[in-house]
Amino acid sequence: MRGNDEVQHVLKYFENNVRYDNRGLTDYRDISYDLDVVKTAEGSASVKFGQTQVIAGVKLSIDEPYPDTPNKGNLMVEVSLSPLASENYLPGPPDMDAVEFSRVVDRGLREAPALDFEKLCIEEGEAVWNVSIDIVVINDDGNLIDVAGFAAMLALLNARFPKVVDGKVDYHELTDKKLPIKHLVIPTTIFKIDKYFFIDPISEEFELSEARLTLTRRDDGKICAIQKGGNFPLKKEDIVQMLAISKEKFQYLLKILKEVN
Amino acid sequence: MSFDKRIDGRGFLDLRPMDARVGVIEKADGSAYFKMGDTVAYAAVYGPRELVPRFKQNPKKGILRCNYNMLPFSGVGERIRPGGNRRSKEISMVTEKALLPVVLLDHFPNSVVDVFIELPQTDAGSRCAGITAAALALADAGIPMKDLVSAVAVGKVDDKLVVDLRYEEEAFEGEVSDIPFAFIHNTGEVSLLQMDGIVDDENLIKLVDLARNAALKVYEVQKEALLEKFKKAGDSNERK
Amino acid sequence: MGVVKVKDKEVVIPGQLLAEGMDFVPTGEAYREDDKIYSKRLGLVEINKRVIKVIPLSGAYVPREGDTVIGVVTDILVSGWRVDLGCAYDAVLPIKDAVNEFVKRGDDLTKYLDIGDVIFAKISRVTSQMLVDLTLKDRGLTRLIGGRIIKFPPVKVPRVIGKNASMITMLKKSTECKIYVGRNGYIWIDGKPNQELLLTKAIKIINEMAHTSGLTDRIKEFLEKETGQKLR
Repeated sequence: MRGNDEVQHVLKYFENNVRYDNRGLTDYRDISYDLDVVKTAEGSASVKFGQTQVIAGVKLSIDEPYPDTPNKGNLMVEVSLSPLASENYLPGPPDMDAVEFSRVVDRGLREAPALDFEKLCIEEGEAVWNVSIDIVVINDDGNLIDVAGFAAMLALLNARFPKVVDGKVDYHELTDKKLPIKHLVIPTTIFKIDKYFFIDPISEEFELSEARLTLTRRDDGKICAIQKGGNFPLKKEDIVQMLAISKEKFQYLLKILKEVN
Repeated sequence: MSFDKRIDGRGFLDLRPMDARVGVIEKADGSAYFKMGDTVAYAAVYGPRELVPRFKQNPKKGILRCNYNMLPFSGVGERIRPGGNRRSKEISMVTEKALLPVVLLDHFPNSVVDVFIELPQTDAGSRCAGITAAALALADAGIPMKDLVSAVAVGKVDDKLVVDLRYEEEAFEGEVSDIPFAFIHNTGEVSLLQMDGIVDDENLIKLVDLARNAALKVYEVQKEALLEKFKKAGDSNERK
Repeated sequence: MGVVKVKDKEVVIPGQLLAEGMDFVPTGEAYREDDKIYSKRLGLVEINKRVIKVIPLSGAYVPREGDTVIGVVTDILVSGWRVDLGCAYDAVLPIKDAVNEFVKRGDDLTKYLDIGDVIFAKISRVTSQMLVDLTLKDRGLTRLIGGRIIKFPPVKVPRVIGKNASMITMLKKSTECKIYVGRNGYIWIDGKPNQELLLTKAIKIINEMAHTSGLTDRIKEFLEKETGQKLR
């Protein structure tokens, strides 16, 4: 339950270039990750930004391709807000937020594209690989889109094709073959309260934020997904500033991703 | 085909290696992580909190509400479509029944204690891992409890009585029974008992004792996890 | 004579056997079954001759008459305001317990308290069905303007206050922040950012070390080190 005066209070911190957990406005929390955390997944990653924790798992299957893309494999991305993660989440179908987060993370990976979809084709018109990424939020302390997107990319980098016997997948055995990665993709969301921009909010800051802009970039720096959120509008100058912050923050995260492999 | 030894080299009465931790989900009122072999369960407790809709409220005591869910990537084969199914509904219910005898909610009328169990990885014994984790999370949350509940599955594979079956054993191509149990620690009373498969009365009775002994071992791991939370802070206290 | 199975100040778990024998008296979160005494919470056991007490180390706040609490107004009612205490039970602040002047029926109550306002109040009544009434009409009770609310485990709140308010006095003096502590686990603070950061660090240590002894001294040491100023 937020009191009325909390926005004014957090601005006093921002004026002094500091936040409730003593970070600078454009500092990330401690980022840690573990790969291969789920044996039953073909690829997986557990990621923590401060106390926010998600687990991403990749599952592969063989199916008929879609009629309009007979030589391409498919991607499906779902972010689920597990009731483990917050007093605000209950079991049931995904709510608006979960759907938004899923679709934003999906768009970034799909448009870049993160995977070379043609290399996922087994037999044109007959059989292709379907890649499903499920990102489950275990503890929600803010910045879910960025953490989910980062974890999804790590899980894709970690994933390996399962063995195929007589055209059927043998989930008990993984090959050494990794997925055909085309681009490294990372979302960076910039938040705004009053005239201040900040990143990687804790849940308290997220609840007080007025607007946010997610910019998903790929390894060459180009933007491959955009999403504005929050109840307040953005001026052009805001967007220009947020783009600049996002560019810098993306490099920081990209460095971490490149260490994997 | 006969069943002479276990794939992982365990004795027939040995449990798989276990690992337990509490306080793993910072936003929850109480939480736990429990691993039994390759089966992993997270449990989080929120409550006592307001129960809506109001017609479900009990004016005499709080209610316990459990939800068991397997994550999409947790199954041995294909992806599991999220959203639960009849199996997970049933497990949610028996989980609640397994914990209800020990939970003391008299001082929380009209409220609900929510227990969420999610499994990121499974290899049989998932409802038992869930119940064990849930008991830990309830204790971590400070919900008043007469006692802890510990769960483990036992069964008969071919002609051998075994403890803590794994997936390959459950799937044995001969006569098999997979019997999950949960015990209230002090009294040894059974609060969960189900079965998949075929068993005769005589062996079932033997299996109750085997399960009880196995559950005592699970209890030791649970106790250690709860005490561990305070040991660390205490130690750094001394070192200063 | 009976047998005590645990040591004083030991951490105990639900269902743990604490003592055997009919001459022991269970209090706090300890309970008796036949001739045995058990714990019903994860907590600290205190053994005082024949009295076996378990102090919980975690758990929800249960509203009690006389407790001073911090709440946030969530709704305007005909007869007053609904207040959120961060527990399973909402509270009501009746007009007569908040305002001194005469308020006509249908008057706009938001001029006294609006949704989102924070108050430091006292619980005047709790019914068996957990309906909670608050009052602002007592010494020290007031609306809290500005500041921020930190959530803190209710069972550890006494450690933030300290014996004879020793801890909270020390925190106020050293950090120069305004501090109000609610028994419901809401702590309201207001100060300059760098001073608040010091205060929240101290509160975090109290949270982690609540079950240990010598806490006031440890915090005193911490504050003196961080501020470079000796505390009396």
